[in-house]
Amino acid sequence: MSVIKIENLSYTYNEGLPGATKALDNINLEIEEGTFVGVIGHTGCGKSTLISHLNGLTKPQQGAIYLNGKNIWTEYPNIRDVRFNVGLVFQYPEYQLFEESIYKDIAFGPKNMGLDDEEVDRRVKMAAKFVGIPEYALEGSPFDLSGGQKRRVAIAGIIAMQPKVLVLDEPCAGLDPEGREQILSQVKNYHRTTGSTVILVSHSMEDIANYADKVLVMEQGKVYNYASTEEIFQDAENLSKMGLGIPDITKVFLKLKEMGLDIDTDVYTIPYAVKTLLKYKENNGGGNNA
Amino acid sequence: MLKDITIGQHFPGNSPVHRLDPRIKILATIAYVVFLFLATNAVGLVLSIAMVLALYVVAQIPLKMLKKSLKPMIPIIIFTVILNLFFITGDGDPLFSVWKIAIYTEGIMFCIVMIVRILCLISGTSLLTYTTSPIQLTDGLERLMKPLNVVKFPVHEMAMMMTIALRFIPTLIEETDKIISAQKSRGAMLDSGSFTDRVKALVPILIPLFISAFRRADELATAMECRCYHGGANRTRLKQLKITSNDIMCTAVCIVAFGVIFATRFFFTPLI
Repeated sequence: MSVIKIENLSYTYNEGLPGATKALDNINLEIEEGTFVGVIGHTGCGKSTLISHLNGLTKPQQGAIYLNGKNIWTEYPNIRDVRFNVGLVFQYPEYQLFEESIYKDIAFGPKNMGLDDEEVDRRVKMAAKFVGIPEYALEGSPFDLSGGQKRRVAIAGIIAMQPKVLVLDEPCAGLDPEGREQILSQVKNYHRTTGSTVILVSHSMEDIANYADKVLVMEQGKVYNYASTEEIFQDAENLSKMGLGIPDITKVFLKLKEMGLDIDTDVYTIPYAVKTLLKYKENNGGGNNA
Repeated sequence: MLKDITIGQHFPGNSPVHRLDPRIKILATIAYVVFLFLATNAVGLVLSIAMVLALYVVAQIPLKMLKKSLKPMIPIIIFTVILNLFFITGDGDPLFSVWKIAIYTEGIMFCIVMIVRILCLISGTSLLTYTTSPIQLTDGLERLMKPLNVVKFPVHEMAMMMTIALRFIPTLIEETDKIISAQKSRGAMLDSGSFTDRVKALVPILIPLFISAFRRADELATAMECRCYHGGANRTRLKQLKITSNDIMCTAVCIVAFGVIFATRFFFTPLI
């Protein structure tokens, strides 16, 4: 069953005023439970507007959103129940920290859920572990941490609510490669262990290629394509034409093909690239030094 | 919620009101506010309303914007009305009275005048910011306050601070919106619960907001120092303010309008 279903969703900013812009244009989408979905598109293509609809921060102007088959605005007693089930991590989430200790900040979400102290404690420790914050550090102030660490605390604050769907809006913006890798692998780990659905918005095709099972490509408020990662990258040439950066390794393969090599270009990760190259070598008798 | 705040918002355009010299616009706005308080009779108040509406039409600012900027004033208006209605006592008999509460004709009149004044005050001053970019506005203020330099008043610094403050209003509003969304996503309850609950719910919003405001201030200071910014001495301007025929005409129109509003005092009985 699909955990999130979006039906005919449209949204226009500044409706009726000069400068009205259509951010979402009739979006229809179903996200299966337990998938790791990558969302990609240009700045201003409606990614952020779309995800702010998912947990009811924005009310749809047209269309509806269903969580576990129930309309989030009409069939849930309180929109907060939806927000606890769809955890949304904003861009630069470190700016939302406010408590005097890391522990208290992570506990803010679970406490709002009305859980008892024991359960809150368990969840805080679980979430801290997922993002790699050692237990002894929990009593420190979040403002003494580095940018990347702050961000991990903020993500832990959402994970502690144990949402069924975890939505991350560019969790790696402004981090160095090591920080990116760390956060993404922690998210992937959370996804694997809990079986929850993850929606990752990113500008980096590389990240999406490495982590996502399915990819949603958005263009000008519309769904351009929603398919498995392999299928999406078979279309790499078009993505590249749309101005979306494709993974470097895919670029290499596109170039190889251009140079006259009869090779598949749906390559988007390095292990897969190695496999494709080996296969190519086998088929062609190994004569070619690709 | 926060999107309703339109103070300091600029609405670009090319109408005669937009092109008016900021100095004249500022002076005219101040004059308008003064005359608003001098107009105590019905005709004067109606003329004041007509004047500001006419200016909105000339400036081609959609009345929707005006409605938006007046909306946040509703609680203040209700508050003033209630206070004045119950506490102003007149000379004659009360219109009606229940227990110790008595309402007099004078009270009602006073309320009407106050409502008109508040609405016109906000419309008039909003028009100034709608039609004047923050840079023009502070430019005009700096020029107008220049004589204060004689008494060692740091005019340029004040103007700079105002420019910065105005410039950061939309940024901070946007920031607040983001923080509210983020805390709502963690289940913060902002619009329900008892009064103390609501005040407590502000903490998760205000702390991050203050931190980011300080951070921004710090970054801005560094950026200014990197460009060797050092106050007002010997600074020249890219755009010099010049009085044009448009300005002279507008000034004449304003003087006539204010004169008429003032003159109504001598011909009509005041409401209060």
